[in-house]
Amino acid sequence: MTLLRITAVAALITLVSACERPPIETTQNGYRGTAMVDVSNPRAPEAEQGYPAALPPASASGPKAGEVYQNVQVLGDLSVAEFTRLMTAMTAWVSPEAGCNYCHNPANLADDNVYTKVVSRRMIQMTQHVNDSWSDHVGDNGVNCYTCHRGKNVPEYIWFSQGMSAYGNQHFVGWRDGQNMPDVGVGYTSLPSDAYTDFLTATEGNQSIRLASAEAFAGPELGLSIKDAEYTFGLMTNWSQALGVNCTYCHNTRAFQNWEQSTPQRMTAHHGLNMVRDLNANYLVPLGPVYPENRLGEELGDAPKAYCATCHQGVAKPLGGADAVSAYPSLGAASR
Amino acid sequence: MSMLSFEKKYRVRGGTLIGGDLFDFWVGPFYVGFFGVTTVFFTLLGTALIFYGIATGPTWNIWQISIAPPDISYGLGFAPIDEGGLWQLITICAVGAFVSWALRQAEISRKLGMNYHVPIAFSVAVFAYVSLVVIRPLLMGAWGHGFPYGIMSHLDWVSNTGYQYLHFHYNPAHMIAVTFFFTTVLALGLHGGAILSATNPHKKGDTVKGAYHENSFFRDTIAYSIGSLGIHRLGLFLALNAGFWSAICIIISGPFWTRGWPEWWNWWLSLPIWS
Repeated sequence: MTLLRITAVAALITLVSACERPPIETTQNGYRGTAMVDVSNPRAPEAEQGYPAALPPASASGPKAGEVYQNVQVLGDLSVAEFTRLMTAMTAWVSPEAGCNYCHNPANLADDNVYTKVVSRRMIQMTQHVNDSWSDHVGDNGVNCYTCHRGKNVPEYIWFSQGMSAYGNQHFVGWRDGQNMPDVGVGYTSLPSDAYTDFLTATEGNQSIRLASAEAFAGPELGLSIKDAEYTFGLMTNWSQALGVNCTYCHNTRAFQNWEQSTPQRMTAHHGLNMVRDLNANYLVPLGPVYPENRLGEELGDAPKAYCATCHQGVAKPLGGADAVSAYPSLGAASR
Repeated sequence: MSMLSFEKKYRVRGGTLIGGDLFDFWVGPFYVGFFGVTTVFFTLLGTALIFYGIATGPTWNIWQISIAPPDISYGLGFAPIDEGGLWQLITICAVGAFVSWALRQAEISRKLGMNYHVPIAFSVAVFAYVSLVVIRPLLMGAWGHGFPYGIMSHLDWVSNTGYQYLHFHYNPAHMIAVTFFFTTVLALGLHGGAILSATNPHKKGDTVKGAYHENSFFRDTIAYSIGSLGIHRLGLFLALNAGFWSAICIIISGPFWTRGWPEWWNWWLSLPIWS
């Protein structure tokens, strides 16, 4: 009997300590009484932070970096002072410990044989592209290197295709069909754990995330299976985790597919989907041959890729919606 | 209204909780009592307010009628009548009527010298309702977290509330509640089946069977019969747990957990046995 009591008390403590506590924060984003409410814990570890303070502005006059230095392919129009300022900022954003030499050969800064330098150049172009062409998603805040890197050489939230490893034993017992693993990326559900490869890698021809039929009693002509629905649900769960929001942040769940009943955030997310596809297809996947083996996916040797969490890192607006780009106009935003 | 010959014997004075002899009388077959009066008061007022809300609302379509709680910005204060205040008044009436009904059951139990099993059982259902519209809104800091009074609108609320936690079926208390609901139905089905099969013999003209046969049936089947009193203890236990854990599963969703319910189960993954 004593053992039973001890077990019961231990079980209760485990379950209670697995929970959170009030007070919580709620944000209403629909008509009253519809439970269109985002629920969050103000004490959660994803407390929002801002960008590191911008460096003091540099003079735009004087000789151009492209004239003074060799092999400046992207930022050649900057003055030497502006160029140096941006390089200093990038060092703090991406390689505060390794310093300049993480990307540069100290004997010859123009040397392209350091793979990180080639990757950095492409990443600068990608940042400019995001700020110039994807204001539908990033708004006026824009992005810079720190949005993803947060002082690390490699952003914490990247993904690789899981290939057959997610499927388990292919011959007999242990076949998981790509799911039933408590994967962090899909919110520890039993949903398929690689909910990215088929959705996020191409600007055209990727699997559509839309599943809902426009008519009642849709049959096989819909051309989609329950497993397809689970892949979409997995991807949606991944978005939700990445932003630290729940389904009702974008959807009225009485009609997920209906735009009129959705919140404005769903449109921003829709542009985000297309942006991630664009960035993976045109910037990140093509860098595959540039990386050394230890930077590639363990199973398929694919390049590291981006998804929502790469920038968002658990909050709806990366770094609290702080302005990332106006202090560094050379990172794009030509139209700003 | 006529009374059965033996009924008068049970119409005895006393046992009231409030009001003494004042309301200690019957109207037709119904015992009144203080709480009968308050039940009628809250029911009529609440229903009238609902009709006021319908009449001033946008639709008479029975499926679409909805009386919604206030915006969350009103917090735990009163809202204007046409911006959720009506919902607040109706909620007060509903709680008043349900609690009155339970206390009327308690008075009748006392009058008859019975124990309080019936009012306690009914109170668990009231507790489930109060959890949704009082306890959880209090813990979350706004009456706006209550559910709207409407056939379709309350279902929409359930859907959105479920998806606020990504996948409500991973809610441990919801799991327990659902299990108790199904088990209640199973037990009631088996019990009803056992009684009716004993009292309706297979062959016409055969003798009606009783408790011995009912017990023997389950001893033959599963080597154990809980007995004719025990089955009702079990039924009450299962049914009350179904309602109780339903209340718990919604109280913990929000106040004690803000993330997806699947993630709650990480305590299992991080047990020191394998992590």
